[in-house]
Amino acid sequence: MDTNAYAVEQSTRGLLRFLTCGSVDDGKSTLIGRLLHDSQQIMEDTLSALEKESRRHGTTGEEIDFALLVDGLEAERQQGITIDVAYRFFNTPRRSFIVADTPGHEQYTRNMATGASNSDLAIILIDARKGVLTQTKRHSYICSLLGIRHVVVAVNKIDLVGFSQEVFERIAGDYLSFAASLGFRSIVPIPISARYGDNVTTRSGNMPWYRGTTLVSHLETVDVEGDAAARPFRFPVQWVNRPSLDFRGFSGTIASGRVAVGDRVVVAASGKASQVTRIVTADGDLPEAGAGEAVTLVLADEIDIARGDLLCPPAARPAVADQFAAHLLWMDEEALLPGRQYLMRIGNLWTPCSVTAIKHGIDVNTLEHQPARQVELNGIAFCNLSTAQPVPFDPYEENRATGAFILVDRFTNRTAGAGMIAFPLRRATNIHHESTLVDKAARAALLGQRPVVLWFTGLSGSGKSTIAKLVEQALHRAGRLTYTLDGDNVRHGLNRDLGFTDADRVENIRRIGEVAKLFADAGVMVLCSFISPFRAERQMVRELLEPGEFLEIFVDTPIEECMRRDPKGLYAKAKSGAIPNFTGIDSPYEAPEAPEITLRTLGTTPEALAQEVLRQLRERRHPV
Amino acid sequence: MPTAVTTKLSPHLKRLEAESISIIREVAAAFRNPVMLYSIGKDSGVMLHLAMKAFAPGKPPFPLLHVDTTWKFRDMIEFRDRIAREYGLDLLVHVNEEGLRRGISPITSGSALHTQVMKTEALKQALDKYGFDAAFGGARRDEEKSRAKERIFSFRSAGHGWDPRNQRPELWNLYNTRIRQGESIRVFPLSNWTEFDVWDYVLAENLPVVPLYFARPRPVVRRSGTWIMVDDDRLPLNPGEQPEMRWVRFRTLGCYPLSGAVESRAETLPEIIAEMRAARTSERQGRLIDTDEEASMEKKKREGYF
Repeated sequence: MDTNAYAVEQSTRGLLRFLTCGSVDDGKSTLIGRLLHDSQQIMEDTLSALEKESRRHGTTGEEIDFALLVDGLEAERQQGITIDVAYRFFNTPRRSFIVADTPGHEQYTRNMATGASNSDLAIILIDARKGVLTQTKRHSYICSLLGIRHVVVAVNKIDLVGFSQEVFERIAGDYLSFAASLGFRSIVPIPISARYGDNVTTRSGNMPWYRGTTLVSHLETVDVEGDAAARPFRFPVQWVNRPSLDFRGFSGTIASGRVAVGDRVVVAASGKASQVTRIVTADGDLPEAGAGEAVTLVLADEIDIARGDLLCPPAARPAVADQFAAHLLWMDEEALLPGRQYLMRIGNLWTPCSVTAIKHGIDVNTLEHQPARQVELNGIAFCNLSTAQPVPFDPYEENRATGAFILVDRFTNRTAGAGMIAFPLRRATNIHHESTLVDKAARAALLGQRPVVLWFTGLSGSGKSTIAKLVEQALHRAGRLTYTLDGDNVRHGLNRDLGFTDADRVENIRRIGEVAKLFADAGVMVLCSFISPFRAERQMVRELLEPGEFLEIFVDTPIEECMRRDPKGLYAKAKSGAIPNFTGIDSPYEAPEAPEITLRTLGTTPEALAQEVLRQLRERRHPV
Repeated sequence: MPTAVTTKLSPHLKRLEAESISIIREVAAAFRNPVMLYSIGKDSGVMLHLAMKAFAPGKPPFPLLHVDTTWKFRDMIEFRDRIAREYGLDLLVHVNEEGLRRGISPITSGSALHTQVMKTEALKQALDKYGFDAAFGGARRDEEKSRAKERIFSFRSAGHGWDPRNQRPELWNLYNTRIRQGESIRVFPLSNWTEFDVWDYVLAENLPVVPLYFARPRPVVRRSGTWIMVDDDRLPLNPGEQPEMRWVRFRTLGCYPLSGAVESRAETLPEIIAEMRAARTSERQGRLIDTDEEASMEKKKREGYF
């Protein structure tokens, strides 16, 4: 082909992003290898390396094992399974394709979701000998949840059932009846043999009864064009471009819709309005731009706009809320706990966020709803979430770009969850924090003191309460108004409904933190004495309070010593199994990384340690 | 920067360009001290051009870093300095001086040790020296199968290690840019480009590339089934080996004793693209360092190689 014809072809073809999924050993990688091979993307040197490896690790005897072409990690080739998503590229004269080859094993569901999040179509492989399996259903549900609306049901290994029309039709029927509720716009069943190529690129002579399309022909022609351009204009501000005093532009990628010079826009969260005066690109200004284009907008007015803001048309604004309901796919080894704080990224905005309630878990194999107190790795739940600030969004069903978010663990920074917003729970505009004239400073001044929260953390029996009592007595003698929160006065009342599971421990500390905050707001010096085993919750309480108001006091006693003391006989009971989830025995204690005060109790007395706390308070200019 | 756009970009290239620009802006917005690795090749050239576009009318708010093994083609070094000058960007050049003192070279140490010391170790030295928390690389997923598995924002531990079995899930375009002190992220804006896309883009945007990509008569010797160019007098000739002038060009560039040339008469970009469309071997075939052992790229990457 000469270059002119090539350029014409280049300019007319579109891109299709799809993923292959299905159960283990249904032949996903083999199919991709086949597609690459048939579209002549595999070069001679790659092919000869593949022949060498097929003999070593392959599962196809003397023949080339195409799966080895995509299973790029050493561990994958040795174990013969796909662990992580791989991206492959091929093109035919009519279209270019990006394929995400995703793992079938349940333990790698998060990697499968990664592949699905950017795909417009899914090829669901089904082994003709096995029919629709639970994994087929799980993957179909996740595809549907992540917004994929077009599905190809590739009934593979049809050669192994004698190219049977009856088997194909039974499986296709099974799938269609299962998938009826998943909201797919197109479901196209095709009988194929990935290994031999039947109905992949070329029509199979072995199945004269099949009159439908080949897989590649369908991929080339299927129309998945979302209506991204038809939806309202959404522009998440990514970067404020200010190279000199003469230029101030807002860079970002248009998430949906179109924008033209002269259009009025508003900042979704603040409602501030302006007008687009220029659409700047390196190749010159544009009169208008649409979804997917990376541009820089210049506005007529100097209004406050920062990274994370969302620009939209005044007449078609997104929801803005700090509480909403969403589907959540959990991807971290550490389970999602309601009340625990995570960082949410939505668009270009990062904000603290927590799950306030798990409405129900979803059994991905049966699609049944079930009650849940936490969400484990690869689990899916429908939750209520609360963010630290109002965020603009559209329901995920309406707009994938503005309705999706991720949750990140605050300590490990791992990507812990992926969320798809369903609807707002209340409008942020309805919340009014009453500003009262008698404020915290006024109350503290009346008492002649500064509020503080002394947070004693440590193992059961470490000496927290003993030391806290001595500190409180000394403060009281000095004329300070104090209050102590501990297990005795909290567990029996406010938190009577909570047990000792991880989820309940998180909620326990959250409530105590909120109460401590109210006391601090009243001007009181608060002493809190709780095992509080998790860093995340202590951090959460810290962030509820003003800087310097929270003093974390680590009462550091080795567990052997705590067990020896065992003032309430709890360790003895825990070891006998009478108390489950006991910190230090069968539930972890995460020691503070940077506490304000560390009290090592071995070789000293509670009185001396209480004096140390008072000394530290004076050092922080508390009048005690 | 070159502004004479000769061909309108296809929708496909426009989409790739927009995605890359968005990735590059994200790094500038989310990281304290990013750097762009510049290896002088065509991919680096495209990445740099995209960075210039991303921040127009301003300039990229980060420097370029070239890890020099001292064995690059002379044409490459000349081209590197010219580009940095024309774009008006800071160029940092880092050489592993300790490796030089130990006498590490591709000739005497073998490609594996040379790469380990003069590229991987050198890169880690430079990243630590300047305290970079994010580093752009021009690698593409279609280059090699362990690259096909890598994230666009790829997390590195405090020791620059990559754990391929435990990568952060990367959904939509919601990149997780959070790291702790000492950790870093490698960023690959060209992840979804293919070799064809890169050349199509070079042609469409009329980008300058190192002349070594074009066929010229060059002094070469035949080794391990490929042509090695005698770029200076440091390449020891085997008994009976005599450099001969042949029309060759390079599909990838690196250290000259490790970069194999192919015989070609393609002297222009359209001829290169036409030749590639007819080719039946992959671009990395000319690289001697990837075939040292099976899964060698993954191993090098775990150790901190780009």
